[in-house]
Amino acid sequence: MYFGFQDVAVAYGGEVILEDIRMEFAKGQITTIIGPNGCGKSSLLKTVSRVVAPSAGQVVFEDKPLASYPPKELAKRIAYLPQIHTSPRDIDIRTLVSYGRYPYKRFGAGLSYKDYQVVDQALAMAGLEHMGSRLLNNLSGGEKQRAWIAMTICQQPEILLLDEPITYLDIGYQVEVLELIKKLKERLKITIIMVLHDMNFTARYSDWVYMLKDRRIYGSGRPDEMISAEKMKQVFGIDSQILHDEKNHCPFIIPEKLQQK
Amino acid sequence: MSRFHTMRQTAAQKFLIIALLACACVLSTLLCVSVGTVSYTFSETVQAFFNPEATARLIVWNVRLPRILCGGMVGVCLSLAGCILQGVMRNHLASPSTIGVTSGASFMGYLTLAAFPQYSQALPIAAILGSFATTMAIYLLAYEKGVSPVKMILSGMAVSAMFGAFNDIIRTFFSEHLANTAGFMVGTLNGCVWDSFFMILPYMSAGILICFFLPSKMNILMLGDEMANSLGLRTERFRLFLIGAASLLSGASVAVAGLVSFVGLVVPHIARLIVGSDYKYLFPASIFLGYTLVVVCDTIGRVILPVGNLSVSIVLSFIGAPFFLYLLRKKNTD
Repeated sequence: MYFGFQDVAVAYGGEVILEDIRMEFAKGQITTIIGPNGCGKSSLLKTVSRVVAPSAGQVVFEDKPLASYPPKELAKRIAYLPQIHTSPRDIDIRTLVSYGRYPYKRFGAGLSYKDYQVVDQALAMAGLEHMGSRLLNNLSGGEKQRAWIAMTICQQPEILLLDEPITYLDIGYQVEVLELIKKLKERLKITIIMVLHDMNFTARYSDWVYMLKDRRIYGSGRPDEMISAEKMKQVFGIDSQILHDEKNHCPFIIPEKLQQK
Repeated sequence: MSRFHTMRQTAAQKFLIIALLACACVLSTLLCVSVGTVSYTFSETVQAFFNPEATARLIVWNVRLPRILCGGMVGVCLSLAGCILQGVMRNHLASPSTIGVTSGASFMGYLTLAAFPQYSQALPIAAILGSFATTMAIYLLAYEKGVSPVKMILSGMAVSAMFGAFNDIIRTFFSEHLANTAGFMVGTLNGCVWDSFFMILPYMSAGILICFFLPSKMNILMLGDEMANSLGLRTERFRLFLIGAASLLSGASVAVAGLVSFVGLVVPHIARLIVGSDYKYLFPASIFLGYTLVVVCDTIGRVILPVGNLSVSIVLSFIGAPFFLYLLRKKNTD
C-alpha cells in the first residue's frame, strides 16, 4: 500500500471515536474525507501528524507503519496543515514559509542558498512572491491560508494533508485556496488528502471521496457516486436535489429540509 | 495596523541592537565595580583588574567583581529560563515560578534548615534539587499522553500552593531555625564570592550553549504541537528537555542569590519588544538584558543603602512591577 489506514481505531480516554478505518489513498490524486461534525475526521488526520496515536491498527506509508520512519524523514515526504494555526504575531510571510525547511536543516545550522531558492519557489507557487516581507497578521484570510500552504510546499512533500483548509474563508478565498490545492496536484504531483464540509466543493475538486458516519466508513467512491440524495439523507439527515454542473462536470447539490423520517 | 509594523527592524538592525546590549553588559560591569561606598575613577578600576598591588584591588577584585558577575549570571540564567518557559508554555506570563522553582526551592530550603540546621551550607544544593524535583513532579502530574501547556500551568499552581502551605507549617513550628533565611527568601547578592561565581558558571555556560542550538526548534514549537510534530520535531521530548533545562538554570540562580523575582518574567518581554519574537534574536537579547538589569539594580541597591544593602530583588520589584503593569496596559504586547 502506498499510503493509507489499516484497521485504524482512535479512542480518547476509553471512548472509541473511530474504528475499522480502512482507507487507501491513490498517488497523485485529491481524496476528500467528508462526514458530519464530530465523526472523527480531524482525529483521523491527526494520527498522521502523530499528535494522536491510533488505539488499534496503523497508518501505513509504502508498506511500512508510519511509526517506523524517523520524524524528520517523514516531514520531508508528508506535510500536514492543521485547521487552527498559531504563530507569533510579528512573523512575516517569508520567515513562516522558511520554517517548512526545518526537516532539511542540519543540527544548529542555518538555511542554505538552496533552501532559500525553495522558499522563493513556494512563495511563487502560492502567488505570494511580492508579499514575503508582509506580516502574516496583516493579511487577508485567503492570503494567510496560502502562506501556510506555501510553508508546507517548502517541505517538498509528496503527500499533503489539509484539515478543513477553507472553513473560515469567504467564498472568494475558498475558490482561491482550492485552486491552489488543485495546482499543487497538477504541477507538483502532490497527493492531496483533505477534510471538507462543503459538498459542492468536494464534488468539484475531489478525485475520490470517503464518507464517515458513526465512527466508521460509510462509503467511498467517485464524487458523482458519493454526492447522491440517498447518501446525503443517510449521513447528514437532509433531503436534497442533485443537479449536474455542465461546465465543471460534477454533481451540484441543493440541500433541503428533511420531509419525513 | 499593528504597532509592530512600525517597530520592525531588519536583521542587520537586530544584530546592531544585540551588539549594543552586549556593550551595555561590559559598560555596566565596569561602572558598577567602580561605584559604591567607596568610588573609584575609571583608571583606578582598570588598574585594580590588572595590578594585584593596586589600592582598589581588594574592594574591586575581591568584593565587587564576584558579586557583580554572580548577579549578571543570575540575570542571564533567569532570563533564559523565562524565555524558554514562555515559549514552551506558549504563555507570556510563564516564568520560573510557573514550573515550581520558587516553591520547590524554598520548601527544600526551609526543610533543610528546620531538619538539619547544622548543614545550612547545603542550602544551595537543596535549592537546586528542590526546584528540579518539583518541576518534574509538576510535569508528571500534568502528563497524560503528553503535556499540554495549560495543564502544566494549572498543576504548577496547585503544587506551588501546596508547598506554600508546607512552608507556612515549617515557619510556624521551626521559626527559631529560620532566622537567617531572610536573604534567601528575598533574593540578595550579599553573600556572593568567587566560589558562588564558579558554582553558577557551568549552569550559565550550558544555558548559553543551548541557546546557540535551539532557536530553530523553539521557533517551530511556537507554531503549535501539531504543526511542529508534522515538521519533524519530537515535541514532547523537546518540551521535557526545555522544562528540565529551565528548572536547572533558575535553580542554580536560586542557589546563588535566593528567590530573585521578576527577572524571568520581565526580561523576555522587554527583549521581545525590541527584537521581536524570533528566538534567533530573542535569546541573545535576553542574555545581555538580563545581565545588565540585575547588575544595575543590585548597584542601585548598594548605592541607596550602603549599610546592609537594599536587596536586588526589592529594587527589581520596584522597577520591574510598574514596568510590567505598563506593558499590560499597552496593547499588542502578547
